[in-house]
Amino acid sequence: MSSDQNQPFVTDDSKVQTKTRDARMTGTGTDNRFNSKLREAFGSSPFILTKFDNFMNWVRGSSMFMLQFGIACCSIEMMHTYSVKHDLDRFHAGVPRASPRQADVIIVPGTIVSKFAPRMKRVYDQMPEPKFVIGMGSCTISGGPFQEGYNVIKGAEEVIPVDIHVPGCPPRPEALVYGVAKLQQRIAEGESSPVTVKPYELEQFGDLEQDELIDKLAEEVDTDDLVMRYNWADSP
Amino acid sequence: MSLEKPQDEQSNAVVAKPTTGEELAELLGDLAIGRDDHMNAPGFVIRPTDVQETLFRLRDDAGFDHLSNVTAEEREDRYETIYHLTSYDDRTREVSVVVPTTKDDPRSQSANPVFRTADWHEREAYDLIGIEYDDHPDLRRILLPDTWQGHPLSKDFDQRRPQVVTLKEWANPLADDHRDSEGETMYINIGPHHPATHGVLHVRTVLDGEQVADVDPDIGYLHRCEEQMCQTKTYRHQIMPYPDRWDYGSAGLLNEWAYARAAEDLNDIDVPEYAQIIRTMGAELCRIASHMLAVGTFALDVYGDFTAIFMYAMRDREIIQNILEDLTGQRMMFNYFRLGGVVWDLPEPREEFFEKIRDFLDDLPGTLEEYHDLISGNEILQLRTIDTGVLPPEVAKSYGATGPVARASGIDYDLRRDDPYGYYDELDWDVITDDGCDNYSRLLCRMREVEESAKIISQCVDLLEDWPEEERTIQSNVPRTLRPEDDTEIYRAVEGAKGELGIYIRADGTDKPGRFKIRSPCFSNLQTLPEISNGEYLPDMIASLGSLDIILGEVDR
Repeated sequence: MSSDQNQPFVTDDSKVQTKTRDARMTGTGTDNRFNSKLREAFGSSPFILTKFDNFMNWVRGSSMFMLQFGIACCSIEMMHTYSVKHDLDRFHAGVPRASPRQADVIIVPGTIVSKFAPRMKRVYDQMPEPKFVIGMGSCTISGGPFQEGYNVIKGAEEVIPVDIHVPGCPPRPEALVYGVAKLQQRIAEGESSPVTVKPYELEQFGDLEQDELIDKLAEEVDTDDLVMRYNWADSP
Repeated sequence: MSLEKPQDEQSNAVVAKPTTGEELAELLGDLAIGRDDHMNAPGFVIRPTDVQETLFRLRDDAGFDHLSNVTAEEREDRYETIYHLTSYDDRTREVSVVVPTTKDDPRSQSANPVFRTADWHEREAYDLIGIEYDDHPDLRRILLPDTWQGHPLSKDFDQRRPQVVTLKEWANPLADDHRDSEGETMYINIGPHHPATHGVLHVRTVLDGEQVADVDPDIGYLHRCEEQMCQTKTYRHQIMPYPDRWDYGSAGLLNEWAYARAAEDLNDIDVPEYAQIIRTMGAELCRIASHMLAVGTFALDVYGDFTAIFMYAMRDREIIQNILEDLTGQRMMFNYFRLGGVVWDLPEPREEFFEKIRDFLDDLPGTLEEYHDLISGNEILQLRTIDTGVLPPEVAKSYGATGPVARASGIDYDLRRDDPYGYYDELDWDVITDDGCDNYSRLLCRMREVEESAKIISQCVDLLEDWPEEERTIQSNVPRTLRPEDDTEIYRAVEGAKGELGIYIRADGTDKPGRFKIRSPCFSNLQTLPEISNGEYLPDMIASLGSLDIILGEVDR
């Protein structure tokens, strides 16, 4: 095993030297049809030695199941990214899954408003870990063109943690493909942040600051219920 | 060519129905306590307790059978509800009914018994402005969460106030909790995150076996404050990017035209003929793209066919998006129209651009043939869609349905012909109608409209190609800052991809609108969902929802 962290799949094959191998590696001789980059990386050894972590990261990045999750305008461009011409499938990230329980990656394609944020949080919570989030479009960065709206959450990061932001209104399919590729790269290199819970305002009702609104609603709201509180004044 | 056609002179003695302000004043008699004329129509002020009587009289005696829009607003000294009425037979006949209510008790009679579409419109008015309606069957919030405090478009709303939103499971409205015993009905939440709802729509469904007992579409999951955005931006340039984001199914130019038409008429701006032709061509390309999306996703809903039809539709949309990108510089959010014209001329070399469009149009009949083979000629789809989701014409009218949804119910209503704007009345094309009233008709209607749009585009391309070079004026002379006179009001609509897309603007003497109201066709069309799915099987409800072709950005605004 190489100590170089950046080359996870280099095997120590200095002891394995045969004519066949040399022929395959150098591409000369009659039997050069096995010559390939993969072969070069693995050598002729039938074993691959790597850290399990590295292997898992590589696997995760190379087989991503996206959640079929459409919110707003960006979802139309997201559909175009999935379908012919751009075909996200080519980048090991194609099949949209209708259920969050089968998905690794959630692309958040659009404006999040107050009524939808708890629902999106619920969908995100239902995804099995490890899970990754791609914020698509300006609305998921800051609220975009609707930033000043009374009902608009100022970015997806207020509700769930985001790994990659793809700017644009909407981003072109090429931009989304680039964003997905970047996420894959980060995952494969083990750089992607471990799942963290962001300090979104998700608390049990009794812990909230007391104000007029709370008093009024205190009797109606079940303490087991998911409650989201928006402090518009503190929003970016 | 001016878009403005004097409304009062339009109605010659062909129909003997009262149309002009004087005739209507005579009809209403004592009901009208004042006049408040808008630029598009005569307006009558009535008492808050006379709403139903007035609307009944206008509907039954004067033929105003289409409640196009309900605008609510808060003025300095009063609240106001405006009912914009028009007629399905003659769109140029319009009348506004203004209902002022006092500041301390904003309460007026509901129009729901007269026009069922008033149900949602008045709920929206209650939600955003805070006017209450007597006799309303179900006056609760529609766009904002139930726990929201305050009415955001009223004058004293504090936007920095914290809000609390809960996520709770909804109760079955038809039955008590039967979880312990043998239940009779079952309650299902469909959405707001669901592949079949075309976005973030939440349908509260009660099932009796496999049949739908009750459906309640719950909207507001994409309420992006579009009206507030437009009220805080200036007329000249800042509002135009927003319409692109209402109906985002690639119908951008159609939406921009709605704003352009209202604002141009409000400010009395002419649009050069050359620009009108470019607008017409661009708008019809958008209509094709939008209908392709509708057809593709409809097939996806009915068969779950993500492979052939959906991909074919996407392939054709890609071609249109390329053409539109050449024209406007963007794939979806074009921002191409300007008040008084368009932002730039056709791309050079022009021949290549025309060639590209012609190639697309030449391929289109073959493409549609493929669609017909795969979809409308397919027995499975026919079994699923014929005679399901039936929307009778009277019901469609009462709900204010427009666009392909209305035309597939046999209502011959298309603003491009009935209230002509742009270059449509110079061109040769037909309005498509179908008497089937079911899901299949709505699908067919859209596919045949694509052919008509292709006809329009082809004629526009011919015209543009022969247009003399020195007469290619793309914009008229428009002042840098527009300040329409205080208290001028206008309601103007265009035929969007989904139907009648109207804009109401009240100017307050500044360079920003005092009130900007969007009449969304999807909002009214979606209202028919309970009507067409109650009693049907659950899968047919999904098909009906697909056939209504809603875009949530436009429903919620």
